[in-house]
Amino acid sequence: MQRAIISGIAIAILCSIIGLFLVLRRYSLFGDAIAHSSFGGIALGLMAGVYPLWTAYGVSIVSALIMTRIKDKFNISGDASIAVLLSSGIAVGLVIIGLSGGFTINIFSFLFGSILLVSINDTILILTLTGIILIVILLLYRQLLYSTFNEEQAKISGIPVEKINYLIVFMAGITVVTSIQLVGVLLISALFVIPNVTAIMYGRGFKQTSIISMGFSIFSVVAGILISYIFNITPAGTIVLFAIGIFACTIGIKSAGLLSKP
Amino acid sequence: MIAEIENLTVEYPGVKALENVSFSVNQGDFLGIIGPNGAGKSTLFSCMLGLQKKYHGTIKFFGQDIKKSQNYLKEIGYVPQKPIFEKNFPVTVNDVVRMGLRKESDESKIDEILQQLWIHELRKRRIGELSGGQQQRVFIAKALVNNPKILILDEPVTGIDQQSIDLFYSILTELNSKQNITIIWSSHDLDAVNQLANHVACLNRTLFFHGESDDFFKNPELVKQYSESSMQEHMHHH
Repeated sequence: MQRAIISGIAIAILCSIIGLFLVLRRYSLFGDAIAHSSFGGIALGLMAGVYPLWTAYGVSIVSALIMTRIKDKFNISGDASIAVLLSSGIAVGLVIIGLSGGFTINIFSFLFGSILLVSINDTILILTLTGIILIVILLLYRQLLYSTFNEEQAKISGIPVEKINYLIVFMAGITVVTSIQLVGVLLISALFVIPNVTAIMYGRGFKQTSIISMGFSIFSVVAGILISYIFNITPAGTIVLFAIGIFACTIGIKSAGLLSKP
Repeated sequence: MIAEIENLTVEYPGVKALENVSFSVNQGDFLGIIGPNGAGKSTLFSCMLGLQKKYHGTIKFFGQDIKKSQNYLKEIGYVPQKPIFEKNFPVTVNDVVRMGLRKESDESKIDEILQQLWIHELRKRRIGELSGGQQQRVFIAKALVNNPKILILDEPVTGIDQQSIDLFYSILTELNSKQNITIIWSSHDLDAVNQLANHVACLNRTLFFHGESDDFFKNPELVKQYSESSMQEHMHHH
């Protein structure tokens, strides 16, 4: 239980900060696309007898980077490239599962998450990756923010915008696969998007918005894990419902005119 | 010589956006680039700022070809026509100006520049809720925060109210006269260019005139010829 809470908090922080960059780049569903492509990687790992998350890291990061390259080179729109990435991952996964004669029980824990079963090694990996990604974000904060705000002006200011874009895709790939253990492939984009669209309604500056988003995300994860433990229901659904609850309350408060302009 | 453009030609499929454009800019010049829509002003700036790399001819800043080194960009502050960003993008005025800052150590410069442009009291507001004129001043602040030698502005007053335009012009004049910042500024507004700029370049895909602004504006025949050719281009465009 302790491990689940600690890992959950780390993943909540990671998803909200990476998700904020994706949401502001109008790339909200990119997390979903990477998650679906990781499904292919998971199936590959299960078939090959390798720990499935390792193959998922490889497949989803490589396919996300390739898709980004194709999108830039052939001028394909963001939403179309997301659709290609999303469906190809699922298709590969389904074919591999079919060829292997099916391994439905194992695949379920990846589709819906299994945070309560997280091992000590998993927890260490999650904390290490969270630490590394947060350090990278702190070091490159200005470059990441500026290229998200306005690519053209960032280029003129000497920021290597293309490299920064690939870095964001790379970090998103790591974050998604790491988070599969918490909410599973199917609900990952909820953690990327919902706390951030909620926080944008409160925060003025970027730092304030990201801290508020992390707060909402951590609250949803911790409350979701505890409630699901008490009532013996799936944590992934409960976590996402908490996040949606905060979003709905914010919309209510805003509609009633109780929330001043950020 | 701060900038030299020699025989600049830019071709898009089926059309020449710029043809054999040559002119130079000296330290302290206030150059107004005028021309109708589609005259190639934005293309010219894209080339000068290193965004458009496919062109014939040479562009030099501080004596060096910009295709060889991008270092000159450190000395340039750029203010775009209409800054494009999401209206609800969560950044404050302070955040936007800080983005432009190349060295974290110059943090105190942010306050100084915000005060100079009369937007210090707005520093904690979100950029998306400011008026067009206020936003434009924020983007000038961002462009000035590294003490650039050159300020490039692409039709910076499009869609801004007259009061803000007047304030904006007085700021430009002060930057040029008191801080000796070289200004390269494109505009539709002939009267404003006549009042502010000491040099003029009339662009209409080719360079129609380049020289001191008095030589242009005090020559009615030249102004008439330019206006007629612009009008023809305008009609052709529509």
